[in-house]
Amino acid sequence: MTSLMGHPSGQTVGYSFSQPTAAPVKEHSFYPYTDNGGSTLGITGSDFAILAGDTRSTSGYSINSRMVPKVFKIGGDDETGKGAHILLSVVGFAADGNALKERLDAVVKMYKYQHGKSMSVTACAQRLSTILYGKRFFPYYVHVILAGLDEEGKGALYSYDPVGSYEREECRAAGAASSLIMPFLDNQVKFKNQYVPGSGEGHALQPKKAEPLPRETVEQLVRDAFTSAVERHIEVGDNLQMMIITRDGIEEIFHPLKKD
Amino acid sequence: MNHSAFLRAMTDDHSNPSCPIKLAHGTTTLAFRFQGGIIVCTDSRATAGSWIASQTVKKVIPVSRLSRGEDKASDKPTPGLLGTMAGGAADCQYWLRYLSQQCTLHEIRHKRRITVAAASKILANLTYAYKGYGLSMGTMLAGMTPQEGPALYYIDSDGTRLPGNMFCVGSGQTFAYGVLDANYRYDLSEKEALDLGRRAILAAMHRDAYSGGFINCYHVKEEGWVHHGFDDMNPIFWKTKLDHGEFSNVTSQL
Repeated sequence: MTSLMGHPSGQTVGYSFSQPTAAPVKEHSFYPYTDNGGSTLGITGSDFAILAGDTRSTSGYSINSRMVPKVFKIGGDDETGKGAHILLSVVGFAADGNALKERLDAVVKMYKYQHGKSMSVTACAQRLSTILYGKRFFPYYVHVILAGLDEEGKGALYSYDPVGSYEREECRAAGAASSLIMPFLDNQVKFKNQYVPGSGEGHALQPKKAEPLPRETVEQLVRDAFTSAVERHIEVGDNLQMMIITRDGIEEIFHPLKKD
Repeated sequence: MNHSAFLRAMTDDHSNPSCPIKLAHGTTTLAFRFQGGIIVCTDSRATAGSWIASQTVKKVIPVSRLSRGEDKASDKPTPGLLGTMAGGAADCQYWLRYLSQQCTLHEIRHKRRITVAAASKILANLTYAYKGYGLSMGTMLAGMTPQEGPALYYIDSDGTRLPGNMFCVGSGQTFAYGVLDANYRYDLSEKEALDLGRRAILAAMHRDAYSGGFINCYHVKEEGWVHHGFDDMNPIFWKTKLDHGEFSNVTSQL
């Protein structure tokens, strides 16, 4: 229909004073993600690596479960994870996390069948990056940390962003309380902003040099980090799951956290 | 729903500060040609919104035979190209690794190393093919080949590819350009050139909140590249101020 007034057809011209004003259109868009909360952290030593996470699963303000582990063994021989030599922690959207864990586990198993030797942590780290980037245009909503022992038997820890950029580090916190835990780790593991007492005044102060910590110290740091995070973050609590990888294998420890 | 609009809604913290997936961004990187080759310097900060995701990012990525990819500081030059990382960390890491593969294949097929011009074009054609999909990268490729001598290219996710003598890329680029333009000469000695690169990154770290951490320095010469340290900016800043009288707007009183 052609408009006489020169207006495009289908548009009404506002002559009336009482023109009905339409309510602002609320756009409901495709939203395929849920943040299931929780936090994870990893620390390495000279001959071990620790990955830890709380076991709470939330959706909004609801606590859906108090026992959903976030740390997994990768490349084990059976469903108990026996024989695994790599650890993976996933935090963010649990469905994406589980899918990612299953995928990496399958890749590490296939590698062993095809090559007759187990996958190195370095290779697994690169492969995980490629898997994450494979969904660059529909990302996994996860922050993952990979841990194991490198070719020299030293503790190795790799942290990732959701689309696969990665870096080897000595310590890393991820998830809901990462902004609470990471500064604590910088100070207590890498000795950031700590100085050698009596080494000088003002600008002459010598920074305290970071060196790998013994296992007992690291385990205590992990417990302290989580008990403190529980006090100040609503999505963290219930239980602490710790997995420690050494040349003797993987040890799993559970430790209660506050349930409120 | 439009696919790239969805991706932007989920990942672009600039247009949507409460987006669920925050990607690492923000950088200062620079590279310049001089009498002794090419200097490549970067900061090491990665940010996701206002959260500092990492202070120890390696933003200089060796683009060479994959087996030579290890990055240990040594005086012995390593053959191959260097790429720099600005924009999305994963985009740069992934596609520079892809470029490494292509360079290795070129070496196997043609029995000679790829030129910087050809390597940069592989990357530029790639980013142009992905134009509109939301990739974010601003990268420089530096290298020395018998055919070209020292060569430097700028490639970004718009598909731009430019040869040049000096580039600064990232949120701190203007600050780095300011220092570089004021003090650059072609006949700089190796030490002068490395110091100028470091000083330009330092200026950017000081004025750009999205840059900081450690100063990473590389020198590309005929036989390959040499790593010249990954150094905490803080002691360098105070040394620059107290020993050379620069940054006099900053008080040294504690």
